Amino acid sequence: MSSEPLLQVRNLTTQFFTEEGTVRAVDGISFDVYEGEIAGIVGESGAGKSVAAQSIVRLVEEPGEIVDGEVYFKGEPIVEFEEDDDGDLAPTDAMLTNEEMRRNIRGREIAIIFQDPMESLNPVYTVGGQLREFIEINREVGTSEAKAIAVDMLREVGIPDPESRYDEYPHQFSGGMRQRVLIAMALACEPSLIIADEPTTALDVTVEAQILELVDELQEKYGTSFIWVTHDMGVVAEICDRVNVMYLGEVVEQAEVDDLFHDSHHPYTEALLASLPRPDQTVEELNPIEGVMPEAINPPSGCRFHPRCPEAREVCARIHPDNRDVSEAGERTHRAACFRNDAFDVGYDESPPLEMTAGSGFSAGLTGETDAEAESGGEAE
Amino acid sequence: MSESVLGEEVSADTVSADEVAFGETLVELDGLTKHFKSERGYLAGLRFKRDGTTLPRPTYERTDVQAVDDVSFEIEKGETLGLVGESGCGKSTLARTILQLVEPSEGAVYFKGENLAELSGEELRSKRKDMQMIFQDPQSSLNPRMKVGPIVEEPMKAHGMFEEEAKETDKSAAELREERARELLEKVGLDPQHYNRYPHAFSGGQRQRVNLARALSVNPDFIVCDEPTSALDASIQAQVLNTMRDLQEEFGLTYLFISHDLSVIRHISDRVAVMYLGHIVELANKEELFENPQHPYTESLLGAIPVPDPRKAGQRQILRGDVPSPIDPPSGCRFHTRCPHLIAPEEYDLTDEEWNAVREFVRAVMRRTFEANSEEQVRERFFDGTHPGGDAGDVVDEAISRIVLDEWETANELLQESFVQPSICASERPAYFVEPEHGTGEHFAACHLHRDEPQTY
Repeated sequence: MSSEPLLQVRNLTTQFFTEEGTVRAVDGISFDVYEGEIAGIVGESGAGKSVAAQSIVRLVEEPGEIVDGEVYFKGEPIVEFEEDDDGDLAPTDAMLTNEEMRRNIRGREIAIIFQDPMESLNPVYTVGGQLREFIEINREVGTSEAKAIAVDMLREVGIPDPESRYDEYPHQFSGGMRQRVLIAMALACEPSLIIADEPTTALDVTVEAQILELVDELQEKYGTSFIWVTHDMGVVAEICDRVNVMYLGEVVEQAEVDDLFHDSHHPYTEALLASLPRPDQTVEELNPIEGVMPEAINPPSGCRFHPRCPEAREVCARIHPDNRDVSEAGERTHRAACFRNDAFDVGYDESPPLEMTAGSGFSAGLTGETDAEAESGGEAE
Repeated sequence: MSESVLGEEVSADTVSADEVAFGETLVELDGLTKHFKSERGYLAGLRFKRDGTTLPRPTYERTDVQAVDDVSFEIEKGETLGLVGESGCGKSTLARTILQLVEPSEGAVYFKGENLAELSGEELRSKRKDMQMIFQDPQSSLNPRMKVGPIVEEPMKAHGMFEEEAKETDKSAAELREERARELLEKVGLDPQHYNRYPHAFSGGQRQRVNLARALSVNPDFIVCDEPTSALDASIQAQVLNTMRDLQEEFGLTYLFISHDLSVIRHISDRVAVMYLGHIVELANKEELFENPQHPYTESLLGAIPVPDPRKAGQRQILRGDVPSPIDPPSGCRFHTRCPHLIAPEEYDLTDEEWNAVREFVRAVMRRTFEANSEEQVRERFFDGTHPGGDAGDVVDEAISRIVLDEWETANELLQESFVQPSICASERPAYFVEPEHGTGEHFAACHLHRDEPQTY
């Protein structure tokens, strides 16, 4: 892991242009993925983790658009922006074209596994046929050779009796088996990086455990790097090497997995861990995070977590913390975007504590538009 | 607001004579069974058997999905009974059958001592007032065209609440119901001013709170919660779970809490039942079940959950194979086809090591998880130095030679006939009580490993 990172993401920004306004789904995130590691992206729904994953392979759907930032994969510019003559940001000439992405990157170099295996498989073609076609196109081999590779891959991911299952249709496979097929498909072209977007979320725990074990084994064998997108801190603890915690479009903490769980430097990570019921011990009282995550259309000023943060000070509402290295000399790199850390010098300690605006009730944070009824609805008393 | 209309805030000493006291049985299931017809229609059961020589012979056999099979347990007033199991194990069907939303095929449900199956339609309808349900998807269980206030009032209207009271006061029944709806919204942590908003304006967690308020509106004793927090984010889930606990304390509620998430079950439950393929395989106090699991399926489940602590990673225990179909489920203990502790048939005299090797071999043949090129290769893989002698050895040898000839089906049948079917696990449905290590409550474990323990209960 000493060499150049396999994937470099810098200031990646993706926005959705909707009627209600601009949704800043991914707002300037940066991270690296090194060869042979599993990098986690963890966060609650709406944090922007899936959009981040899609942006890396340029699969953002309308009305979303990558508007800024850089993504380099093995030195190749997947995303690259520069200022044009008018001072506006525009993609550079060197940035890979859609055609190049499709032909050379997606599938061959970077494979993707989605949450719902049924949506990624065509129900009217056999499982083997789909796998074979994918291998034929991406590895430029003949039909019979592709079939042999496909059967080998199915066996590799633990599908019993692959020769006869090859001719079956997706609906004849169980959920866990379908996810194995997708893993086989992802691995078939021996990519350097696999992006897995909540791949085990729809599965039962015993099946999830089987898939996680399989990924562990395959990763050891092929040395593939992974970006593992999940909301489940248990899964993160189980398989990730390094973790990026996302909140409202930003990466708020970035650390080795052990440091993240045992030496958190961001109150959001701490609060998230404290809110989890545990399977291995009885937690009498859960400590939920107050309020709900606001919408990314109009994020809070300063630190985006400050309205829900138990440690928020006045300065947090005013200044936006960047994500910087907060590790002490000699320690492993640990980045966090919180003024509590000594690496920031904005006068956090002197700043007066902030009353939590999220409040304990649920009166705050209705998701819909405001309406006059609610405003004047004081007849309750 | 002049006087609280929430009324009856129950506590242990204000229980009236016909009510069930705290700690006594509120709900009792006796051999509850629900089988679904897997096919519909007059000719659905018709089968044609072809044997290649004569014309196909028509036979008639109906196959049922045995979703819930002979389930008995009790739920005490004031407790939370957690029901955990994987998808398809029948936990939601069980919940619906308890509430008579689907009619049981066999068995009875007693609520406050009354057999619900024997009630007439109207009697059952009025009983529903005491038994409410909360569903997983907070979105689809709320009518998008109704404001949340009227949604909460709907059950009160259906049960004619406040009709009598209204005659004694100067307010109408509708006004009293609205007053109560507003109070309930506040109780579940919403702003009473949101009375006039539509469900779409609320987040998932808030919608589940509306569902809670609606369930509470008719003053139920018993609430069945079917995966109520599964669709919520972790931090929101904790908020809703805390509210549910507070409400339970305040109103003296009894919960049947269904979830696939063992962490949530461990947090919220007093006692926990584990379900596998329509059977309850283990039931014990929470602490006892999690710290001293006595059924191999429970152990596998506990071993599979990812713990949110990287220092405990890599300790997972992997359960092989998929859950069998509930149409024609395995005989005896339904877990015996996957159980890592399948008991050896008595007729063989095998050491533990030999039996472990045989069992692994039987499973591997069943699932065809390996390639067989030569007999030596198979022997080396499964029986390196532990090859069993006697009858068992003969069967294994025969099976290996079949496999090498690519006759997997024959080999599998032979092994199943010789090693699985004669096992006590495949022939008898287990039901034992074991001595608890934590606390004093009963510990039920449906596993034949406990067949020699004294049955004190």
